[in-house]
Amino acid sequence: MKALVLHLGLLAVLLALHFVLPAYHHGNLARIMVLASFAMGYNILFGYTGLLSLGHALFFAAGMYGMGLSVQHLGLSAGPALLLGVLSGAVVSGALALLALRTSGVAFMIVTLMFAQAGYLTILHFSEWTRGDEGFVLALAGRMAWGVDLSDPNARYIAALMLFGICLMLSLWLVRAPFGRVLVAIRENEERVRMLGYDTFAHKLAALTISGTMAAAAGAAYGILFGYVGASFAAVQYSILPLLYVLLGGAGTVLGPFIGTLFMFYLIDLSSGITTAYMLIAGIALVLLTLFAPQGIMGELRRRLWKGLP
Amino acid sequence: MTTPTKTATRRGALKTLAGGAAAATLPLWARYTHAQTAEPIRIGFQQHRTGIGAAYGRWYGRATEAAVGLINAGGGINGRPIEIVAEDDGTDPKRGAEVVEKFANQHGCHVGFGTLFSHVVIGSAPRAGELKLPYFVVSEGTHVSSGMLNRYTLQPGITDVRSQVIAMAPFITDTLGKKVTMIFPDYGFGYDHRDALAPAIEAQGGEVLAKIAIPPSETSFTKYFPKIPRDTEVLYHVMVGPAVLTFVKELGEFFGGQGPELFGFIDSLEAVAIDSPGLDFLEGSHFWEGMCRHQQPDESAHETFYREAVGVDARGASVNDPADVSTYGHMFGCWETLHVIKAGMEAAGYRGPQDRAALIEAVEAMTDMPHSREHPQGAKRFNGKTHQVFGHQYISQVQNGTLTRVHTTAIEDSAYPDMVDYTTQAF
Repeated sequence: MKALVLHLGLLAVLLALHFVLPAYHHGNLARIMVLASFAMGYNILFGYTGLLSLGHALFFAAGMYGMGLSVQHLGLSAGPALLLGVLSGAVVSGALALLALRTSGVAFMIVTLMFAQAGYLTILHFSEWTRGDEGFVLALAGRMAWGVDLSDPNARYIAALMLFGICLMLSLWLVRAPFGRVLVAIRENEERVRMLGYDTFAHKLAALTISGTMAAAAGAAYGILFGYVGASFAAVQYSILPLLYVLLGGAGTVLGPFIGTLFMFYLIDLSSGITTAYMLIAGIALVLLTLFAPQGIMGELRRRLWKGLP
Repeated sequence: MTTPTKTATRRGALKTLAGGAAAATLPLWARYTHAQTAEPIRIGFQQHRTGIGAAYGRWYGRATEAAVGLINAGGGINGRPIEIVAEDDGTDPKRGAEVVEKFANQHGCHVGFGTLFSHVVIGSAPRAGELKLPYFVVSEGTHVSSGMLNRYTLQPGITDVRSQVIAMAPFITDTLGKKVTMIFPDYGFGYDHRDALAPAIEAQGGEVLAKIAIPPSETSFTKYFPKIPRDTEVLYHVMVGPAVLTFVKELGEFFGGQGPELFGFIDSLEAVAIDSPGLDFLEGSHFWEGMCRHQQPDESAHETFYREAVGVDARGASVNDPADVSTYGHMFGCWETLHVIKAGMEAAGYRGPQDRAALIEAVEAMTDMPHSREHPQGAKRFNGKTHQVFGHQYISQVQNGTLTRVHTTAIEDSAYPDMVDYTTQAF
């Protein structure tokens, strides 16, 4: 109950902030919520199942391009395009899971990285359709969902909050359900879980598909809400970013990805105003955090204050 | 049992938060209402300080600084000085869009300016349009005149790739050869070349034999060169990014001075000294230049003034460091754009953000821009409907290690039919 109150409380605070934040931070928070949804997807696989993927940019891009190409070339409106984006993410992550889960450990990391790179190059290769690295702008008509103009700052914030809310509550429910318990058990000792009679492959398959679909939902939403689709979102850095967000915030905590995204976003935003070497500042912050709070911000909180934090 | 308490607390928190924040923003409102008179005109400069555009960003910064110094020394805009607010976009479209938001919503900039790389422009322009922030890009991409962007995005200081290619195609086919193979970056800027060159060459009775696209992040190029057909008469090359020098060197190693005629865009060599070791094979080859890097004997007084103001020597390098070669073929766009912003604001009687639409209309109304100190690259003609400027193009040949201008195209040579009329779009 306490956990439910905490998570609903965060959503309430985010809703309240909608009315009070100045325009710049209001826009930033909308971005952060979408990126945090991406990180929450990543967390299901990495934080709870213990599978370190280096290819989540592929799923983010699958969602973004599934949505974007259907707006651009099929003339769909935002609603159906968004669903198509989520669907493409589910298909791509399901297919990748079938192949990549034949491996484990370092090999899994390499296979996911390679598939994501292949996805990136595919986008560049079909540049006649995708406009490659340059990308394309989504027409305003394609950003209308069920009569709501998602380019409007208020609608954008609420849409981002809805996506974030769904991902957050889904994550919370998932990790506390028997299915999520099995995922955690797989993370801790896969052999033992298998000996207990669980089909670990099926569980990992489901975890990767859910994780990829969530990432795709974030990708599709990002494209719709900010009006641009481009190959840079499929590049390797978008596989690394969710990992950083999750590590910073606390892997295996439901709120960790949000805290990590928030922290990282503002760290870069503020430090880039001071120096061009802002990634160095981000790097130092990461090193310090790894040294002094290796379980991330929320992980540390769980260790010190609240043992039962999901 | 806990639900009613929770609702009450949330409402209470909401009220407190709303009240507190409204009170906290009061001073901002006050500042905004009297920000009219002699306060500086804040121009957000979206600068590629890091990422693959960093060399351009550095020199775009210097050209901007010089132009602002000149404008401010002459009384600024309507008596108000310009204040540049520079933010690094990392040459990344996501960060670019965030920076535009920062200009509009946090720094209180009147306009945004200065972006070069196409993907950053295309990623940022939708946000500029939504935030109603006039966004003056210095990008060369045909994306502005293609109609892909919006009424708030303009390119009045530099010509676009399509017009450059159209203007130069007759020179390529008449002087160098009719069978052309092109190497271009697998990236939006390269697609503009890809899409514009073939029709332009064909219109002159020539033919494009092969189109070889190379990802801009590529670091080794030898695997691409065997794809060049053997009967190629002219190799048209354009490359961007940090590996341009490697590209040109490997090109030389591959042909060993025996290959087809070379026609390059100076982009392949921006910020790179033409007398760098291994580039001897470029002797005799031709380049498009947006503006002639090496001082020509007949250089205009306007250009000489500009060269000195930015701090560039006769070889196109920094006066303080001969090894620091400028992006001379592009950076004049910043200088000229800032002067267009000044002229537009003065014509519109610009006072503040409430006059942004009037500023855009004033720029849209511009046509001929004579060769002057404000436009040192040459005379230009602005098309208010497509938000794109047209101008002269220069073709230089490497003669004794110096880029020597051999041909200048007329403004009319670069014209193409309008693809959009932005003036019909509502503000």
